[in-house]
Amino acid sequence: MAVDRLELLLRQAFPDATELSALDRTGTGDHFQVVVTSGRFDGLSLIDQHKLVYEALAGPLEDGTIHELRIRTRGTQ
Amino acid sequence: MSELRDRIKSVIDSEPVVLFMKGTPDFIACGNSARALEALRAAGAPTTAVDILPDPRIREELSALSGWPTIPQVFVGGELIGGADITEELYETGELEQKLEEKLGAGYRVSGRERVVDVVEGQSPFRIVS
Repeated sequence: MAVDRLELLLRQAFPDATELSALDRTGTGDHFQVVVTSGRFDGLSLIDQHKLVYEALAGPLEDGTIHELRIRTRGTQ
Repeated sequence: MSELRDRIKSVIDSEPVVLFMKGTPDFIACGNSARALEALRAAGAPTTAVDILPDPRIREELSALSGWPTIPQVFVGGELIGGADITEELYETGELEQKLEEKLGAGYRVSGRERVVDVVEGQSPFRIVS
């Protein structure tokens, strides 16, 4: 899976994101690090923030395209 | 509710700190499981590890229970804390130790050692690893 497709899915879920990036950690298209800063995270626990990211990437997570995902989220406040 | 789910739930509810991981602390089969375990060790958590690899149903039942799709999963005092990223982040900010104290009491560091519990039959029910 290409990084830009991952970023597109995240961008759709977090259109307001002030920071949004996906990194292919191993160069093999299946181990990713994503960083998202969005107002959608404001007031949420880290658990709930990460759950929103999992929801946004549910497709590639469920079909096994993403083997490993590291997540870093931040609210805007 | 299945018997396996009951068993998983009872481990989550009865053990102070539970780490569902790929492999065991002696034989870790995944980098993220290693990161979570390392953060828990650094915080001095009395961790009970459960290997999810022996049976794919463990992971299915666990995720159905917790609503969390990936492994590892860390529970403190019956509450889902997160996966490797959150556990590591909470350790770095000092919040993991705060959470452990709040849930387990200030003396949590002396309350137990690391151990492994199995949730499927055919394995020893309880073995001390260190």
